[in-house]
Amino acid sequence: MLVMEKNFLQEEIEKLVETFGNSRSALIPILQEIQKKHHYISEFAQQEVARLLDIHPVEVYSVISFYAFLSSEPKGRNIVRLCQTITCDLAGKYSVAKAIERELGIAFGETTKDNRISLEYTNCVGMCDQGPAMLINDKVYTRLSPEKAVEIINEIK
Amino acid sequence: MSDKEGRAPESQKPLVVEKPDDTSKIGGMVSMEINERKVQVPLGTTILEACRQNDIHIPTLCHHDDLCTAGVCRVCVVEVEGMRTLQAACAYPVTNPLKIKTSTPLVRKARKHIIDLLISEHYGECYSCFRNNNCELQSLAKEYGVDHYNFGHVQKPRYEIDKSSFSVVRDLDKCVLCKRCVRTCIDLQEVGVLEAIDRGDKTRIDTFMDKPLADVICINCGQCINRCPTGALRANDPRDEIWAAIDDPNKHVVMQTAPSPRAAIAEEFGIPAGKSMTGEMNTAIRRLGFDKVFDTNFTADLTIMEEGTELIIRLFQALVEKKEGVALPQFTSCSPGWVKYLEHFYPEYIPNLSSAKSPQQMFGALIKTYYAKENNIDPKDVVSVALMPCAAKKFECNRPEMTDSGYKDVDFGLTTRELAQMIKEGGIHLPEMPQTHFDDPFGDASGAGLIFGATGGVMEAAIRTVVELVTGKKAEDLFENANVMPVRGFEGVKYAELPIPVVGPVPEILKALVPNWDWLKGATLKVAVCHGTANAKKVMDDIKAGGKFSECHFIEFMACPGGCLGGGGQPIPTTPEIRKARAKAIYTEDESLPLRKSHENEHVASIYDKFLTDGPCGHISHKLLHTHYTPRGKYID
Ligand code: SF4
Ligand code: SF4
Ligand code: SF4
Ligand code: FES
Ligand code: FES
Repeated sequence: MLVMEKNFLQEEIEKLVETFGNSRSALIPILQEIQKKHHYISEFAQQEVARLLDIHPVEVYSVISFYAFLSSEPKGRNIVRLCQTITCDLAGKYSVAKAIERELGIAFGETTKDNRISLEYTNCVGMCDQGPAMLINDKVYTRLSPEKAVEIINEIK
Repeated sequence: MSDKEGRAPESQKPLVVEKPDDTSKIGGMVSMEINERKVQVPLGTTILEACRQNDIHIPTLCHHDDLCTAGVCRVCVVEVEGMRTLQAACAYPVTNPLKIKTSTPLVRKARKHIIDLLISEHYGECYSCFRNNNCELQSLAKEYGVDHYNFGHVQKPRYEIDKSSFSVVRDLDKCVLCKRCVRTCIDLQEVGVLEAIDRGDKTRIDTFMDKPLADVICINCGQCINRCPTGALRANDPRDEIWAAIDDPNKHVVMQTAPSPRAAIAEEFGIPAGKSMTGEMNTAIRRLGFDKVFDTNFTADLTIMEEGTELIIRLFQALVEKKEGVALPQFTSCSPGWVKYLEHFYPEYIPNLSSAKSPQQMFGALIKTYYAKENNIDPKDVVSVALMPCAAKKFECNRPEMTDSGYKDVDFGLTTRELAQMIKEGGIHLPEMPQTHFDDPFGDASGAGLIFGATGGVMEAAIRTVVELVTGKKAEDLFENANVMPVRGFEGVKYAELPIPVVGPVPEILKALVPNWDWLKGATLKVAVCHGTANAKKVMDDIKAGGKFSECHFIEFMACPGGCLGGGGQPIPTTPEIRKARAKAIYTEDESLPLRKSHENEHVASIYDKFLTDGPCGHISHKLLHTHYTPRGKYID
């Protein structure tokens, strides 16, 4: 990472700590903000957060690795999360998944070259009666068919 | 010991109830019934403690006497009357009258299932594991009669073994996720290398961004190894290379032995903690085929001369010459875990570290120069092994700067556990060995060198010497039997003030450095001692804030709780009781020795006569016995 980038990030995190405080309970809101802006939380950012909260970098990494909505690896601008739990599975998840993969030319777990979309599976999102379901960022889409899913995907910027 | 609750966030802290100071007050004691037996316990006692006090065995796995409660393994469950579910005994403080049962069919079945489940995720073969016969998982399996894999068994290793570190090897396949290492590294050591990463069946204990241990900030103390119940963590073991050197007729293999292993090695042979086996160990080492066995206490004495002189020089510069920027307090430098801790977390204080090498490395430099020369041995044929209670010594001897003899000064750091293993492989039962002494020319060392093994020992040794050299009086006149009690004991941070009411003549060996002692007359020497790097952090933060420790002159830091006797290479288990017993063994042996002060060691005097001819902190000693440090910082790229 360039020194300039580091300095920007550092300032940004210092501001977040000013807003949310430097107690342990501030950790998740701070990480969420970084995630929102950068689509991931870099090694450097994790160490900065640790320093300002006076905890250890591995504790920050532990929290990031625990929560599916936080990531320590670069991700696309948008994250598509298709539910893989049994109800959606029976409702036709497989064909939806195949259609999306074909449309984007990437597999689940990957990110498009232009960083537009990352594809992931998720567990039940509470929409079991309206499956198959998926999340795009924090929005829910239900009763998907392969065609409908592709249409929605193509609208993402 | 550091504050036991450590840094766990409030929300994650298990319920802990402070025990009352005075249990005779109303409400101070609570009555409970354990298996229909009525007992009284102080309020806040956990069910586990209550059972132990009443000799009722409860199996445990994630519990460790040194660590805060985690309550994650559930092996310790018991039935509590009125509760819907079984309760974890280690995490249940007694606050109101209770009736519990520790061995009902329900309890036994639950524990058995829990153990079966742990084993179903465990990959390892006991016969090829260093914890064979000393593994808590294995003993639980035995205790509960596990004879088949009820819930299946991992067939193939899932992880690669991390052998990147000179000190600690990690084999995640054997890990049972008890998080003892996590609590050790964060709460006792304040280094924070390990945490639980990912969740569900992917959970593992790993480093920052899953990097190899050698690439993250680890001080190599090995405390995590000593707290691990299984073989998931072990030391980087050089036994094969050492055997090969012994078997090579062209190699001259010498061993130096630190003070702590001798006070603990008997434990590896089934003897309760607290019995020193110095003489027996010397014999065993020779029978294994080592050519010489030396006493590291000798270079501990030398360390006192060098480090003590360095302190006097710094004080003289600051107080008499009024030089600017003299780095005080001076910090001890014999604990390589502490040295690396400082290099990472407080690199701006490197000037305060004594430049004197640790006794291990001083010895290494002398063996391949002075000793080799005196005995007409080509130093390239000398293999120098250091028996240490320590995992960090393995890293220390591999520091690139530790080659002042022209060779790698110390070839291998061997832990107490590893030597015990070699002795067993050699077919020797240690307690049956006759006693023999160390070899010359470094054969005799003082009790001051010996107590380096306990927290406060370096300080006590330095005080015995400095007091005599400066006041011209006997240490015995100031401290009963020359035992400097204020710096002894297991309190996490100790502080002492030593007034210097009178001064004597400057002894010959220091005449080149100071004209007289008048400038110390009426002064008060302020010293501090701490052990466990979590306590070091407290002291360092106080110094940074300009607190009372910033006014100290000399501070002893040891990375391991209890000092070296509680080192990461010592026999497993190490608990508060065991540390006490080892300390007693060390102090008893010190008192039994005729020689108890470093500066009275004739062999030390003769090495200054013959070899280090320009005296302590002179040119030759600077070249061989002193070193420099690396500011490392706490960022990982
Ligand atoms: S860790 Fe314990 S149970 Fe596992 S292989 Fe080693 S000795 Fe056996
Ligand atoms: S060796 Fe010490 S610093 Fe390194 S992981 Fe273990 S406890 Fe932490
Ligand atoms: S490595 Fe050892 S101490 Fe750490 S969680 Fe695993 S089994 Fe427990
Ligand atoms: S199973 Fe897909 S939303 Fe519940
Ligand atoms: S020992 Fe009580 S939960 Fe692990």
